[in-house]
Amino acid sequence: MIVAKPKPVEEVARLIDSCDNILIVACGGCATICLAGGEKEGEILATALCSWREKQGRTINATVTTITRQCELEFVTDIAHQVKQVEAIVSLGCGVGVQFLAEHYRDKLVYPALNTIFAGGSVQPGRWEERCGLCGECMLHLTAGICPVTRCAKNIQNGPCGGSQNGKCEINPQLPCAWHLIYEKLASLGRLDIMMAYRPPKDWSKGKSGGPRSVKREDATQR
Amino acid sequence: MKSGSVLEQVLSRGDFAVTAEMGPPKHASAKVIKQQAKLLKGWVDAVNITDNQTAIARLSSIAAGVHLYNAGVEPVIQMTCRDRNRIAMQSDLLGAYSLGMRNVLCLSGDHQKFGNHPQAKNVYDIDSVQLVNMVKTMRDEKKFQCGEEIKQQEPRYFIGAVANPFADPFEFRVLRLEKKINAGADFIQTQSIFDMERFERFMELVRYRGLDKRVHILAGVTPLKSARMAKIMQQRVAGMIVPDAIIQRMEQAKDQKAEGIAICIEQINRLKTVAGVAGVHIMAINWEEVVPEIVSKAKLK
Ligand code: SF4
Ligand code: SF4
Repeated sequence: MIVAKPKPVEEVARLIDSCDNILIVACGGCATICLAGGEKEGEILATALCSWREKQGRTINATVTTITRQCELEFVTDIAHQVKQVEAIVSLGCGVGVQFLAEHYRDKLVYPALNTIFAGGSVQPGRWEERCGLCGECMLHLTAGICPVTRCAKNIQNGPCGGSQNGKCEINPQLPCAWHLIYEKLASLGRLDIMMAYRPPKDWSKGKSGGPRSVKREDATQR
Repeated sequence: MKSGSVLEQVLSRGDFAVTAEMGPPKHASAKVIKQQAKLLKGWVDAVNITDNQTAIARLSSIAAGVHLYNAGVEPVIQMTCRDRNRIAMQSDLLGAYSLGMRNVLCLSGDHQKFGNHPQAKNVYDIDSVQLVNMVKTMRDEKKFQCGEEIKQQEPRYFIGAVANPFADPFEFRVLRLEKKINAGADFIQTQSIFDMERFERFMELVRYRGLDKRVHILAGVTPLKSARMAKIMQQRVAGMIVPDAIIQRMEQAKDQKAEGIAICIEQINRLKTVAGVAGVHIMAINWEEVVPEIVSKAKLK
């Protein structure tokens, strides 16, 4: 899933300083699951913005609504009647959600209330970690299911680099060295031969270096 | 001869090679480079020039290499994968060759987190093993990385890579060295050696796999200037091991600089006896003036 983190309330308050009537749009998808932008966070943000304004001797009208997923047009269109009544939208969706709202509601500015960080998952309650860099050409079969594109600080293909010590990455003693993990798993499987094989330069054009990407499925375009 | 470089000639003859290392200045004057060239000339076979070492912006390694070259010192330009993509690297390889550079050392490079621009976007388009292979493909197949032919003069470099026997997993370090040799490395310079036992175990594995016959290995040494420096290296430099015994020896010394030099000379003398070691690489960063003394006292020249 996409993992995001709320921007500090003061930052959001400053972003929307010129608006007195806003619609806060929470997202029922990833943003809810990573506890950043669900219905509950929407209510909390609304309350926080109101009290921020109060302290300045001003008021704000902040309505909260939640849509199933901001990254799907059919849900985005659901709130047209609410959008009509406000000056601006504050999105609690990821960057995709913000853009879908902005693309659909062309006469309104949409403000992001989250910082979108990575594609990853929850490894323990309250802790999420990055797992995929969306490189467009998955090589996990060569790396024991551990992604060097995201989990190695230098996205090395023939690791580990000379900075790996005691299983940790050179950039942070708390961080496991991805290539050390790959080594341990392949060694335990008796498959170090996979790691010995030279990996040629990666084709980054399949990832974001190739420009904005899209996926088309002919069998699904008829819907 | 692959490149005809002085370093290649020395190593091919089987002479014990000596290289030094120099960090270019953080400004646009070449004065200090020329001074160091004068200082090192005749004492070493080649001098490495670091490439924005520890991710700090400095005068470029290739430009510094040209200054050394003009002063009659053989340069080894370092090239890291941190700041340039394959297009810029190949362009610089062509340009540097046209300016007389003949040795290149390929490395990953320290992460920008350690430098003075931690907000920078890093590149890491290719890694150090792939860089070695790219330089070899340009030389031996006259081809760019993409496969396109180099229609006129191809860059013919003597290709260096690094090995760190002190990084982990220990067993894989020898295998990764083998990967670099398979990719095309002609010579290897190691991380600074303080833990001699671990280095000797590393060399045993190297000889067991016959790698010393396939590549010239230069053992890295660093003279310690003070006990404080030794501690910093022990605690803060990634991929380095400085045994406590060395730190104690430095702490107890009356003249720490002299002790640092003495330790370095002892290390070189011991390294000369390790089978498979083809030379030493002296990394006296910010203390280059000590190199002639070490070289002469260790009877390397
Ligand atoms: S290799 Fe690419 S697609 Fe696979 S997990 Fe890593 S970034 Fe994602
Ligand atoms: S220490 Fe490991 S994870 Fe960190 S940059 Fe080096 S190879 Fe990558």
